[in-house]
Amino acid sequence: MGKTIIKTDLIDDNNSFMGTVKSAVKSFGLPRLIISLFLLLMFILAPFVGANFFTQLSNTLNRFSWNAVLVLAMVPMIHSGCGLNFGLPLGIIAGLLGATLSIELGFTGATTFWMAILLATPFAVLFGTLYGFLLNKIKGGEMMIATYVGFSAVSLMCMMWLLLPYHSPNMVWGYAGTGLRTTISLDGYFNQALSGFLRINIGHLSIPTGALLFFGILALGIWAFLHTKTGTAMTAVGSNAKFARACGVNIDRVRALSVIMSTWLGAVGILVYEQGFGFIQLYNAPFNMALPAVSAILIGGATVNKASITNVIIGTFLFQGIVTMTPTVINSMIHMDMSEVIRVIVSNGMIIYALTRKSEVSK
Amino acid sequence: MKKNTIVSFISNNLVPLMFVLICSVAIPLSGFSFSYLLAEIVTRIARNSFLILSLLIPIMAGMGLNFGMTLGAMAGEIGLILVSDWQIWGIPGMILAMIISVPISILLGTISGKIMNLAKGREMITGYIMNYFINGIYQLIVLYAMGVVIPIVHSSILLPRGYGIRNTVSLLAMRQSLDNLLAIRIGTVKIPLFTFIVIALLCLFILWFRKTKLGQDMRAVGQDMEVARASGINVEKTRIISIVISTVLAGFGMIIYLQNMGNLSTYTAHSQIGMFCIAALLVGGASVDKATIGNVFLGVTLFHILFIVAPSAGTKLMGNSMIGEYFRVFVSYAVITFALIMYETKKRKALREVGRSLGLSQTRLSQSKQA
Repeated sequence: MGKTIIKTDLIDDNNSFMGTVKSAVKSFGLPRLIISLFLLLMFILAPFVGANFFTQLSNTLNRFSWNAVLVLAMVPMIHSGCGLNFGLPLGIIAGLLGATLSIELGFTGATTFWMAILLATPFAVLFGTLYGFLLNKIKGGEMMIATYVGFSAVSLMCMMWLLLPYHSPNMVWGYAGTGLRTTISLDGYFNQALSGFLRINIGHLSIPTGALLFFGILALGIWAFLHTKTGTAMTAVGSNAKFARACGVNIDRVRALSVIMSTWLGAVGILVYEQGFGFIQLYNAPFNMALPAVSAILIGGATVNKASITNVIIGTFLFQGIVTMTPTVINSMIHMDMSEVIRVIVSNGMIIYALTRKSEVSK
Repeated sequence: MKKNTIVSFISNNLVPLMFVLICSVAIPLSGFSFSYLLAEIVTRIARNSFLILSLLIPIMAGMGLNFGMTLGAMAGEIGLILVSDWQIWGIPGMILAMIISVPISILLGTISGKIMNLAKGREMITGYIMNYFINGIYQLIVLYAMGVVIPIVHSSILLPRGYGIRNTVSLLAMRQSLDNLLAIRIGTVKIPLFTFIVIALLCLFILWFRKTKLGQDMRAVGQDMEVARASGINVEKTRIISIVISTVLAGFGMIIYLQNMGNLSTYTAHSQIGMFCIAALLVGGASVDKATIGNVFLGVTLFHILFIVAPSAGTKLMGNSMIGEYFRVFVSYAVITFALIMYETKKRKALREVGRSLGLSQTRLSQSKQA
């Protein structure tokens, strides 16, 4: 009983201190607040369980730099009203094709990275165009179909990785001489191509400046694009398609453009991930790449049809923070490795929360 | 006229026909004997049909393919883990596991139904994500709570560290106890008659259920939620009930499935089951909004023929058995994708036609007024 009275008081009296707190909580989003506080608690607890604060922060930053571009790939499609991009594996496949082709063509060192982006681009544009065309045919059912288009593409490519005529001895199975390996080491190719660039080391703190800078440039590019005429049209299509049509916007074209952009960013995103991780993962690996990216942007405060660059940055940091911090802290506290389970529950719970928000369904 | 019906028959049954075509190429390639193939198919029909039948009721209620059937499978698994710890085997063990699974399934089904009611129009993706979410909670219970909070006596199913269940739980003492009841052997083919009786009973139940008041309500809700609401049906409750029934049946189905397999992969047994069941149903010619019992049996037969022959056909054709493995996974995903796309385009077409006929009647009305 007491609780309900307090609640009504808060709503009645918006000018009071508690009222401001409550409206601030509301605008920040309760799940995001809980996750932020949880992460903060982890950072506070870290020194007590014997983990170095700066090492942990470096790990988080490092993982942030690997994943941020993949999360950024969600933004254009959310903006144009195509929903959460569960079809991210399509972009990832374009990126993988770029990376493997770049190695196959004999490039070495950091050049491989830039060549990989260049070679992935036509694939990303092609896949994105087809994918965008399909999504325009099935407006309203994008997310489920996107998921399965991604899965179909990944399993089709599983066969292709075996059959395509790759020959580079660093990539194919040693004994058969054909078929790509499941994991390909990037040593001598683009391992740390960005992260190693201008890396700052202060004691235990290590900042992958190059990778952060690269993300920054892409994010700035997307931000600037969203403020151009086409970008504004994209936002208009996403928030109110009828209004946009009345203004003379070609909805299908804008949506297709957003899908191509998302797919290309997915391709670049996986390359950035690989240069940090140090390996190319083929076959079934892309299956599990979409959900973490989706939940990261949702944790950052995005909704099914609204997302900003800030959402990307906050979301990736929080998500990757939890991924890196919970194993060390929770394990040393209760001697159980519950981090994986916590990650699964938090990230998928977040997606369900976003899918069920009523205000977004009506649009 | 006759040509038209052939064309429409082909376009309506594109997926099953495609499968018949693929199978007719792949069966001779695989080199399996007819009797081996028949024995395998009979086993797999008995193993999977119950699970696939559990998908029918939510389709009737217009909630699409219930990707959340995995929740029921998890409930069934929890029942089996507990029963095998209590060392109750055979048919009594199975029945007890089913009894244990029912309250868990009802709970999970209610949660899932309520969440789907909040996400109307995207039930499928919500159910799909629910899988992952509840899988996390399942792991929390089975990997951490069992042996600590939930007492587990026998160390044979416990991890060496003292809590959590091992990766595989042997159900050897329960293996095929249902299938061997009243089993008939014709040559090398074993027909698990009792399992088929159970499946037939479920089919009868579904047929009967369609005719009940609740079943009629569900069909009304499936056709048009607003009209159903206007005629006094509690739409939300009806939808939740349909998901609960599906979840409970999926739990039973999983127990039947696992007694045939004879061991339980604690953390992976349920992960793909929803996908394979849905793919099998769609292969049988079902769509997102319409599925019959006939679709189930045609689908399970065609889908599993491909499953049996694909690896060895792949080896013969490409010299690599992995190609066949990947091919069958690809086919499962492609079939689901295709069915989803067909459903969405059909829905849009229907909407357009409604709009057109409305527009037409408007113009006619104004014309008649002018006249």
